[in-house]
Amino acid sequence: MDKVFKALADPTRRRLLDSLRAHNGQTLGRLCQHLDMTRQAVTQHLRRLEDANLVATIRRGREKLHYLNPIPIHEITERWIAKYERQHLDALHDLKKRAEGDHYA
Amino acid sequence: MPKPQFLYVTYISASPEKVWKALTEPEQTTQYWQHVNLSDWKAGSKWEHRENDRNGKLWLVGKIIEILPPRRLVMSWARPEDEGKPKKHSRVTFEIEPVGDVVRLTVMHDQLEADSEMLESITDGWPKVLSSLKSFLELGRPLPNLW
Repeated sequence: MDKVFKALADPTRRRLLDSLRAHNGQTLGRLCQHLDMTRQAVTQHLRRLEDANLVATIRRGREKLHYLNPIPIHEITERWIAKYERQHLDALHDLKKRAEGDHYA
Repeated sequence: MPKPQFLYVTYISASPEKVWKALTEPEQTTQYWQHVNLSDWKAGSKWEHRENDRNGKLWLVGKIIEILPPRRLVMSWARPEDEGKPKKHSRVTFEIEPVGDVVRLTVMHDQLEADSEMLESITDGWPKVLSSLKSFLELGRPLPNLW
């Protein structure tokens, strides 16, 4: 779980996860298009995410495809959020989103 | 080959045989999935996904496309009302791979229709099922009140 929190503690890596959430199964090339960064730096961030099992990859021919793997995040919510709290939390989250707009840092 | 739409990976401290049994034996599936997968587990055979036990509500049907115990299982998935409509069938691939003394369980779900109800329910469903499976096999305790 340490690896998951360390991987999430970086805005670039969170942006990569946001990008995969919008379009699952992207190649490195496509992921780099939205980031002002060298391919090498993006590769390193992806490796940290893969190490933490937040990103899963498969090869299709010469390409490596990247997928958001939500399992570790689900395990975190299961650990600290009780079933009965979920509905209230969803309602609060919706309210916040409507009030602030859908921005993530 | 079309690319999979979902790829889930979880590492489980158990043998490949135990993970395989947990996916295919109704007595186990009902404990962590609260549903059962029923089949004679042969390539070409039908399978059914029912609530609780073999008399429970039928949720999904499909065929076993490929089976290689305890490593690989490929099945088609459809709602019972879509059984005769191959275009509405999606595909699920389970891969079980030993990594040191744990196993890496990969679940790939593809050939899904865009914006389908199925797409919505599996996005919510797979993380729950896989977390519950891990907890069941490692701690003997599935996640409570899954659905």
